Amino acid sequence: MSTVKLTVNGKAVSADVEDRTLLVNLLRDHLNLTGTHVGCDTSQCGACVVHIDGRAVKSCTVLVGQADGSNVTTIEGISKGDELHPMQAAFRDNHGLQCGYCTPGMIMSAIDIVNRYGGKLDEDTVRHELEGNICRCTGYHNIVKSVLDAAGRMRVSQAAE
Amino acid sequence: MGVEGIGASVVRKEDRRFITGRGRYVDDIKLAGMTYAHFVRSPHAHAKVRNIDSSEAMKMPGVIGVHTGKELVEDKIGNLICGWAVSSKDGTPMKMGAWPAMAPETVRFVGQAVAVVIAETKNQARDAAEAVVVDYEELPAAADIRAAIKPGAPQLHPEAPGNVVYDWALGDEAAVKDAFSKAANVVSLELTNNRLVPNAMEPRAAIADYDEAEEHFTLYTTSQNPHVARLVLSAFYNIAQEHKLRVVAPDVGGGFGSKIFIYPEEMVALWASKKVRRPVKWTGDRSEAFLTDAHGRDHISKAEMAFDKDNKILALRVKTHANFGAYMSLFSSSVPTYLYATLLSGQYNIPAIYAEVMGVYTNTTPVDAYRGAGRPEASFLLERLMETAARQLKVDPAELRRKNFITSFPHQTPVIMAYDIGDFGASLDAALKAIDYAGFPARKENARKEGKLRGIGFSCYIEACGIAPSKAVGSLGAGVGLWESAEVRVNPVGTIEILTGSHSHGQGHETTFAQLVAERLGIPISQVSIVHGDTDKVQFGMGTYGSRSAAVGLTAILKAMEKVESKAKKIAAHQLEASEDDIVIENGEFKVTGTDKAIALPMVALAAYTAHNLPDGMEPGLKEGAFYDPTNFTFPAGAYICELEVDSATGKTSFVNFVAADDFGRLINPMIVEGQVHGGLAQGIGQALLEGAVYDVNGQPVTASFMDYTMPRADDLPSFKLSHTTTLCPGNPLGVKGCGEAGAIGASAAVINAITDAIGNNKLEMPATSDRVWHAIHGSA
Repeated sequence: MSTVKLTVNGKAVSADVEDRTLLVNLLRDHLNLTGTHVGCDTSQCGACVVHIDGRAVKSCTVLVGQADGSNVTTIEGISKGDELHPMQAAFRDNHGLQCGYCTPGMIMSAIDIVNRYGGKLDEDTVRHELEGNICRCTGYHNIVKSVLDAAGRMRVSQAAE
Repeated sequence: MGVEGIGASVVRKEDRRFITGRGRYVDDIKLAGMTYAHFVRSPHAHAKVRNIDSSEAMKMPGVIGVHTGKELVEDKIGNLICGWAVSSKDGTPMKMGAWPAMAPETVRFVGQAVAVVIAETKNQARDAAEAVVVDYEELPAAADIRAAIKPGAPQLHPEAPGNVVYDWALGDEAAVKDAFSKAANVVSLELTNNRLVPNAMEPRAAIADYDEAEEHFTLYTTSQNPHVARLVLSAFYNIAQEHKLRVVAPDVGGGFGSKIFIYPEEMVALWASKKVRRPVKWTGDRSEAFLTDAHGRDHISKAEMAFDKDNKILALRVKTHANFGAYMSLFSSSVPTYLYATLLSGQYNIPAIYAEVMGVYTNTTPVDAYRGAGRPEASFLLERLMETAARQLKVDPAELRRKNFITSFPHQTPVIMAYDIGDFGASLDAALKAIDYAGFPARKENARKEGKLRGIGFSCYIEACGIAPSKAVGSLGAGVGLWESAEVRVNPVGTIEILTGSHSHGQGHETTFAQLVAERLGIPISQVSIVHGDTDKVQFGMGTYGSRSAAVGLTAILKAMEKVESKAKKIAAHQLEASEDDIVIENGEFKVTGTDKAIALPMVALAAYTAHNLPDGMEPGLKEGAFYDPTNFTFPAGAYICELEVDSATGKTSFVNFVAADDFGRLINPMIVEGQVHGGLAQGIGQALLEGAVYDVNGQPVTASFMDYTMPRADDLPSFKLSHTTTLCPGNPLGVKGCGEAGAIGASAAVINAITDAIGNNKLEMPATSDRVWHAIHGSA
């Protein structure tokens, strides 16, 4: 057992966990942040993507000890109160989700993609960048549309700040 | 149509919880005192279980119990059932071996459970499962259809000699033989329909909670049809009586058929929760999903079509072998028979059809309905055959199809189905226009100059949805009726709850079903809640599959709505001192037509519940239910065209364009309908290019993870061009046909037809990987 301390969605968190505990298990089982999902056991599907210190990471590939001291943001931590993050709003407005299971990971990956590419996103780039996130429902058509839409919204909101 | 009524692309009400991480899936639920189950699974495709030694496992930390299949037998827990009786052509019933939830004596596929460990934590259960020592005596395995039907093949079940479950046939053999003897041309094709793994993104999970004082069970489960689960669990498995079992299917992360079935894990979790007197949770991991979720497709077929001198089809003859895996799953028997051979007429006038289907046991994971279920196999066979015929007869593939289209309705096919309506020429025209078919030769020539092989491929599919008229499916062997139920509750304040037996696991019912209410009453969808997925709340229902939720489920809601409206109008007329016939419903108000007299819905509802001033003899309250049984299947149809390029140096295919023109009848929410088509197309294209479950000769699965089984990713797929043509379904008052499976049914043939067109070699199996395509081009296959 080890004690880990990290910041999750802006709150300081301390937990005593088995050393083999994965970050996704800490989030789901210890912190009840069940928006981060587990869709596979080979780090392929991306349902578990969160941000660690601002970068998209598959939380099933991270031992809790590796995340000690880091700043973690999950799907539950990206909206400001009732105000959705532009990526969340874009997924809703463009029907970028159906069953919702891959959605949190998709949104967390997509925010990172937009952040990294800024204004230079096009369909091919989005499709290539989403390789690490599997969706079985949407055929990706509306996910790609959502990400491109959100990229525009995020540019506007950044310009306004 | 109002802004939120039928036909409006309303954004989904359910989305907020999903995009904020507040969805509630089974694995998100925690109960006090919950224990965790992990299954011990067979590493062999076929073996005798000589002994199970759990003594070391029992000593491990946190272990509460280790239970085996022998205990299931001792407790008289029933074997898994197959709910559709299909007889062989000689009249004998299908031949089935028993499928126990945990194998007491013999395992017949890799991954079959032999024991379960219950422990305080998930990791403790997993660790202890590794310490359970099972002594197996390996037996030779039959890993695929050809191996299973060979003389001297390993036998799976003594009840099914030669591993044959049934040898079934449909159609008029003599008429087909006669037609072939008169044919000017005969086109034939051998083809494989590759085995697929459904892979809903949420793995299956179950939480069973036994209440000792009430002798009552609650099961939270990843189900597409919780009431059917309760019925089967109580009626056949001797675990709980129906009134002592509540089944809840909360948010479910995709199904595609794989969550229709009642699996061993749910049964064992329920049974074990009573044994350990605590809640038991099992959450499958992806590897378990590959090993134990029912797979789809897996046919090998030979098809021949006879044409007259004018290229009109005279007859079709099909011989198919279908792989059932090691056991007969819940609806498996119906998939390659009544959901397959009945669609072999496609969109075409075919005077005579004869189809033979042999269902075969193999030492593989059981196979059952997966998105489309039988209809993709029929469509693939027929549309590959039509394209092959066009090439052989040297005619345009679009025109050969058009020449043979059914153009008058209703149309009785020779294989049971009676098509009610359609306009196949209209959808073909729409697709041809969308892809600019006239410009294709020039585009192909330009591609050739750039060293690329360009091809175009068609697929004109039809499917039977709105499953299903109970009497019809009953006469064909179904063990259940396939109606749907609904209840409309108008609360005293005028808000509305719709209880439905349909289940949403991505389809968006919370929005589309509310749109019907908005259409009828003119109230915002925010005033309407859709309640589903809980047997304690909804009286009964048959669930969601076979593109039935709109055609059957929503029609049941409409029937209940009509009853509510009728009573509400009587109340309004009484309150307004008007004639009931003069009352019209507009914008949430009951108005006396031609006057300014009106009463708002909340006041009508309040009057119904206060009952101070109701018409004489009227019961208080405003709540009505309905059961709706369709009179026929619905027949969505459409035309898909795929244009792509092949790099002859690498065999890699790249999409240029994919157009889909579908006729789904009336669309409730076009945005959601298009989403359904996109997803279906992705699965059809996945089958054509990427996906395939592979077993080695010993029955070991070699594609049992996302590392090995190629799921379509965003950069494997194009954006799609969709359009709709419309013939309203005459079989239901909404005119809807269903859209959930079309993409998966129609897409794969269009892709393979396009690749084979590009490379000039018609011999190409799915999945058409770069390797296979390269070999097909360079002739070394």
